[in-house]
Amino acid sequence: MDLGFVAVQFLNGLASASSLFLTAAGLTIIFGVTRIVNFAHGSLYMLGAYCALSLLAAMGPWASTPTGFWLAVLAAAAAVGTIGIVVEVGLLRPIYRAPELFPLLLTFGLVLIVQDLVKYLWGPEDVLGPRAPGLASFVRIFGYRFPQYDLLLIAIGPLALLAIWLLFHRTRFGILVRAATEDREMVEALGVNQRLLFTSVFFLGATLAGLAGALQIPRQAATPFMDLDIIVEAFVVTVIGGMGSVAGAFLAALLIGELHAFGILLFPRITLVLVFLVMAVVLVLRPSGLLGRPEAPSAASRHDSFPPLRPFGWRALATVAVVLVLLLLLPIFVSEYGLKVAIDTLVFALFATSLGFLMGPGGLISFGHAAWFGLGAYAAALLVDHLGARMEVTFLAAPLAAGLGASLFGWVIVRLSGVYLAMLTLAVAQILYAIAFQWVELTGGDNGLIGIWPPEWARGRTVYYYLVLAVTLSGLALLGRATFAPFGYALRGIRDSQPRAEAIGIDAPFHRWLAFAFSGALAGLAGCVYTFSNGSIDPSLLAIPTSVDALVMTLLGGIHAVSGPAIGALAFTLLEDLVMPLTDYWRALLGAIIVLLVLGFRDGLAGSLERRFATKG
Amino acid sequence: MSPLLVAEGLVKRFGPVLAVDGVSFSLAPGERLAIIGPNGAGKSTCFNLIGGQLRPDRGRVILDGRDVTGWPASRIWRLGVGRTFQIARTFHSMTVAENVQMALLSLHRRTRALLPRANRLWREDALAVLAQVGLLDAADRPCGELAYGDVKRAELAIALATSPRLLLMDEPTAGMAPAERHALMELVSELATGRGIAILFTEHDMDVVFRHADRILVMAQGRTLAMGTPSEVREDPEVRAIYLGGGMRREMVL
Amino acid sequence: MTTRRDVLALASALILLPPAVAAAAETIRIGELMSYNRFAAFAEPYRNGWQLGIGEINAAGGVAGKMLEVVSRDDGGTTGDAVRVAEELVSGEKVSFLFGTFLSNVGLAVADFANQKRILFIAAEPLTDALSLDKGNRYTFRMRPSTWMQTAMLVDEVRDLGVKRWAVVAPNYEYGQAAAAAFRQLLTQRMPGAEIVAEQFPALGKIDAGATIAALEQANPDGIFNALFAGDLAKFVREGSIRGTFEGRTVVSLLTGEPEYLDPLGAEAPVGWIVTGYPWDKIDDPKHRAFVEAYQQKYKDHPRLGSLLGYIIARTIGAMLQETEGSTDTETMIAALERITVDTPVGPIRFRALDNQSTLGAWVGKLAVENGRGTMVDVRYRDGADYLLPEAEVRKVRTD
Repeated sequence: MDLGFVAVQFLNGLASASSLFLTAAGLTIIFGVTRIVNFAHGSLYMLGAYCALSLLAAMGPWASTPTGFWLAVLAAAAAVGTIGIVVEVGLLRPIYRAPELFPLLLTFGLVLIVQDLVKYLWGPEDVLGPRAPGLASFVRIFGYRFPQYDLLLIAIGPLALLAIWLLFHRTRFGILVRAATEDREMVEALGVNQRLLFTSVFFLGATLAGLAGALQIPRQAATPFMDLDIIVEAFVVTVIGGMGSVAGAFLAALLIGELHAFGILLFPRITLVLVFLVMAVVLVLRPSGLLGRPEAPSAASRHDSFPPLRPFGWRALATVAVVLVLLLLLPIFVSEYGLKVAIDTLVFALFATSLGFLMGPGGLISFGHAAWFGLGAYAAALLVDHLGARMEVTFLAAPLAAGLGASLFGWVIVRLSGVYLAMLTLAVAQILYAIAFQWVELTGGDNGLIGIWPPEWARGRTVYYYLVLAVTLSGLALLGRATFAPFGYALRGIRDSQPRAEAIGIDAPFHRWLAFAFSGALAGLAGCVYTFSNGSIDPSLLAIPTSVDALVMTLLGGIHAVSGPAIGALAFTLLEDLVMPLTDYWRALLGAIIVLLVLGFRDGLAGSLERRFATKG
Repeated sequence: MSPLLVAEGLVKRFGPVLAVDGVSFSLAPGERLAIIGPNGAGKSTCFNLIGGQLRPDRGRVILDGRDVTGWPASRIWRLGVGRTFQIARTFHSMTVAENVQMALLSLHRRTRALLPRANRLWREDALAVLAQVGLLDAADRPCGELAYGDVKRAELAIALATSPRLLLMDEPTAGMAPAERHALMELVSELATGRGIAILFTEHDMDVVFRHADRILVMAQGRTLAMGTPSEVREDPEVRAIYLGGGMRREMVL
Repeated sequence: MTTRRDVLALASALILLPPAVAAAAETIRIGELMSYNRFAAFAEPYRNGWQLGIGEINAAGGVAGKMLEVVSRDDGGTTGDAVRVAEELVSGEKVSFLFGTFLSNVGLAVADFANQKRILFIAAEPLTDALSLDKGNRYTFRMRPSTWMQTAMLVDEVRDLGVKRWAVVAPNYEYGQAAAAAFRQLLTQRMPGAEIVAEQFPALGKIDAGATIAALEQANPDGIFNALFAGDLAKFVREGSIRGTFEGRTVVSLLTGEPEYLDPLGAEAPVGWIVTGYPWDKIDDPKHRAFVEAYQQKYKDHPRLGSLLGYIIARTIGAMLQETEGSTDTETMIAALERITVDTPVGPIRFRALDNQSTLGAWVGKLAVENGRGTMVDVRYRDGADYLLPEAEVRKVRTD
C-alpha cells in the first residue's frame, strides 16, 4: 500500500464524512432543543435531492452554469426548511405535551407519506441529475484521479461546522439554542418564546437536511430509497457524537468515514455493520457519546410523568371476557386467511406488549426489540433445521435463547439511559442481524431458512390458531400479571425515581437487567410462534423495520395502559391488512392514518379509550 | 457504647471543586446530629457519601463497625439506613400506601416476584406507618397529587417503615411553613426516640436545628468548622464570625 | 380482473369474514403478488406486461371458454407480509394458483408456502439459484434465468478476451454473493490462469463509491465484474467515470442492460461494458416487434424487462390452461407446465422438469450511448436452455 493511496483513501473518507455530517448536524440540533427523535429527517434529505432536481430542470440551460446550479441547491435547501416549518407548526406543535416518543410515531407516519409522495411526484425510477458545472472533472493527487466535487464536499463539512459554531456563539438565537440544549427549563424560566425557538430550530435542521440531500445530486441518482438509506446512519452519527452536539457529530462522521474507507480494505463486507459496531463500542466506553453530556434527569422526568397505572376494572374485565369468547369462537366465523391474520395479530400483540413492559413500567426505550423476536425465531428454526427438534421443544427453547441473549447484551445496555440506551439496543439488533445475514452456512443468509412448519398434529390452521392463542394469551397474562406484581412495581419505582428506589434497597441495574431478559424472552416466544405460522425465517425478522413496527404498535396503543400495546398491535395489523390491497400507495395511506391517530389520540388508543370509559362511568 | 456511624476524613471532588474536604464525625445510636452550613458548604454531598449515592474519593464510612465505603445505596439501606432527600423523592405513579409498601417489599426481598398483586402485600403494615405520620387519609391517593408537605411526610413514612437504625434527612423541612416544620420535626423526634433511631440531618432553619439536635456539625467550604452541643456551637467564635459576616446571617437565629 | 377489492369485500374483511366469492363459473381466478409499493420501478411495467397478456387471452375468448381473472396484491416486500398475502389469495380469494414476487427471500418463502399448501406458484423475478436447488420444490416454477445462469452467459462472453486479473464488486446480499461465487467458480473452470485479485461487497443502497473504487483500483485489476444495480450502480458509474476506473479495463456487469437500470443513467451509461439486459429496441424478431408495438400503444411507454416478463408469464399461463383444457387441478397444471412449449415474443420456452426452471434466456451485449440515452449493441440472445444449472448439481441437492 503506497502512501499516495493512503492519502487518497483518506480523502475519500473525508468526502463521505462531510455528507454524513451535514445530514446528522440538522438531526442533532433538532434533538438537542426539542428532544424530538425526528425519524423523518431522511425524508427531508430525500426531498432536498428531488427539489434540487426539479429546480434544475425548471432552469433550462441556466442550470448548467455554476450560478444556476448553486442557486438551485440553496433554493432546494430553503424549500425543505420551509417544509420543516410546516411540519413543526402544523403537526408537531399540537403534540408537544404528549408522552415522550409520541412525536417519533408521527414522524414515522411522515416517512411513509413522503416515500410515496416522492414516487407519485417524481416517478418510481431513479433520477440521475447533472454534475456540478465547473466541478465535473478531476484533479490528480499522487497520480490518482480525484473528483473535484469531492474536494468541495471535503471543504463544505468543516465550513458548515464553522458556520454553525458562529451562529451558536455569535447570535442571540444561537445562544438560546445552546442554552435550550443544555437546560430546557432554564430557557422556559427566562421567558423565551419557546414556540418561535422550536420552529426556527426545525427550520435550521430541515434546511441542513435539504442541503445535504441537494449536495448529493452530482454524486448519485435520486431514489425513493434515499431516506431510509441515510436516516439510520444519521442517527448513529448523532448518537456517537453525543445527542445535541454538532461538533460531536462532526467527529463521529469523521471517525465513521475514515474507519469505513480503510475498513473495507481488510473486511470487504464491513459496510453492513461497521457503523453499529462503532456505535456499540463508543457507547460502552462513553455512555453519552463522544462529546455529549449525560442527560439531566430533570429533563427526562418532565416528559415521563407517568400517570398511575391501574389494573383492569370490572368494565375492562368484562370486555376482556367478551374478547376471549370471540377469540375462542373465531374459527367458526372466519376463513383460514382470517385465522392467519388473527395469528399474526396475536403474535404482534405479545411482541408489542413485551416491548410495552420494557418501555412502560421499565422506563427503558428499545429501538432494537426485533433482536429478541428474531433470536427466538432463529433459535426455533435452527433447532428444527439443524437438529431436527420438535416444535414443542422450541416453544421452550426459543424464549430461553432469546432471554439468554437479552440478558447477555442487557448487562451492558441497562447501564445506559434514554436515547443512548435505545440506540445501543438498535446497535445490538443490527449486529445480530449482520450475523444472521452473513453466516450463510448456519442461517441461510438473507434467503433465510424455509420449511419450518408445525408437526402434523398442529398443521391445520385451526389447531395452530388455538395453540397460538393459548401461548400468546399466557404470555400476555404473565406480562399483565407482572406489571402489577412486586417486580413491575419495583421497575416503576426505579423509573419514577431511581435514587428513591435505591434508597429503599432496590438494586436498579439488576432489576432493569431482569426486565430486559424477561421482556426479551417473551419477545422470543412471539418470534418462535410466528416462525411456525409462516414456515420460514429470514434476517428481516431481526431488522430495523421489525423493531420499528413493534415500536409503532406500542406507541400507537399507548404505554400508559397495560392493554395499550396489544390494542396497538391489533390496530396496526388490521390497518395494514386493510390498506394494502386498496392502492399501490398504501404506505402513504397507512402513514396518513397514523398521523391522524397520533393527532386524535394523544394518550395512545388505549389511554384515550380508558379516559372515555372513565368519564362515562 | 460503640458508635453507630463513623465518617473518617471524607473527601469528594467534582472537577475543580472540592465539595467535601476531610470531614470526620461519629454518631452514637439514638443520637441526633445536625449538619449546618451555608449553601455549597458540602452538606448534601456529605449525605450522599454516607447514603451511598456518591462514592468518596478518600476516607471511610463505617457503619456499626463495618466498612461500607463505596457501597451502593441499596446495600447500605439493608444495614438499616433510611433516608429522605433534599427534594422529596417518591414514586409519583403510585399511591402513598404503595410507596410505603415498596419499602416493605424490598425489605422482605420480594421485588422480583412476578405473580402476586403487589398492592395487597404488607398493606396493613404500610397503613400503620401512614397512621403514625398522619397520612392515613391520603393512603390511596397517587403520590404525584399530594401537597409538598405531605410528600415529605410520605417520604418519612417510606424511610421509617422498615425500622431503620439510622435516618438520614437532607433538609426535612425545606419548602414548609414554619408551623409545619416544627410539627414534622416533633413527629420525627417522637418516632425516633421511641424506637432508638439515630438521626443525621441538615437543616436551614436554625430554630429547628437548635431545638432538635443533640450535637451540631458546622461545615463551610467542604470543611468542618466546628462540632459540639448546640450551646458550644452557639458560643464558638469562629462560627459566630462566619455566620455574622457570611451568607447565613438571615437564617441563623442565635 | 380485480386489482382492488370492492367496498363489500372490504367491509367483510373488516370483521374478518371470508369475502364473498362471487366469481362466475366461467372464470379462472389467479393470484398475483408483487412488491408494487417498494419496487414500483420494476413492478409497474411488470403489471402492464401481464395485464396486456391476460387481456389478449380474454379478448380471444379466454381459455377453454373460461375467462382469466387475476387477483393482484402487494406482497409488502417482506416474507411475513408475503406469506399472509399468499394465504389471503389462496384461502380468502380462492385463487387456483399464484405467480409473482420480486425479492429472492420473499420468493423462497412463498415457494415454501406453495409447497406446504400444494399450490402451484410461478416465481417471476427472484433470481436466487436456491429456488432451483435445495430450496426449490415441485410446486414452484421459475421464469427468469437465475443468477448463476446470467453470470455464465457473461463469462462466456469474456472467456476468450484473455483478461487475467479480476476485481469483483457486488451488493452484500444473496444475489450479490451468489453472483460473485458463480463468477469465481466459472472463472476457475472456463478461464484458466485468471484470478480474482480484489472483492468489495458494499451493503445494498449504502455504497461509498469513492472508497470502494479506490479499494478495487488498489489491486490493479484488468477486469471488473460488477453485480451492483439501481442506486448503487449510478454512484459507482459516476465516481468510476470521473476517476477513470473503467478506462483500459474490461467491465462485465450483470443486469445493467435492463432498461430499469440503464434508463436512469441516460447519456452517462458506461460505454463498452459487457452486460446482460433487455435491448427492447434492438430485437428485430417480428413477434417481439408486435409485442413492443402493442405495449407502446396501450401504455404510451416503452417496455422494460419487467413488462416482457409479465407478458411472458401471462402467455405461459394461457398455454398451461390450454393444455389442461381449463382444469385448475394443481397436479394437472404441473404436468402441463412440464410438458408444454410456450410461444413467446422471444421465441419458444419450456420448463426443465428437473428443477422447474424456464429456458427463458437473456441478451448479452455492449453498452453504448445513442441519442443521449443508453442502449446495447452487438446484442446476442443467449438461450436459457444452454445455461441451465448442471443436472448433476441439481440432482445432488433436490429432494422432490
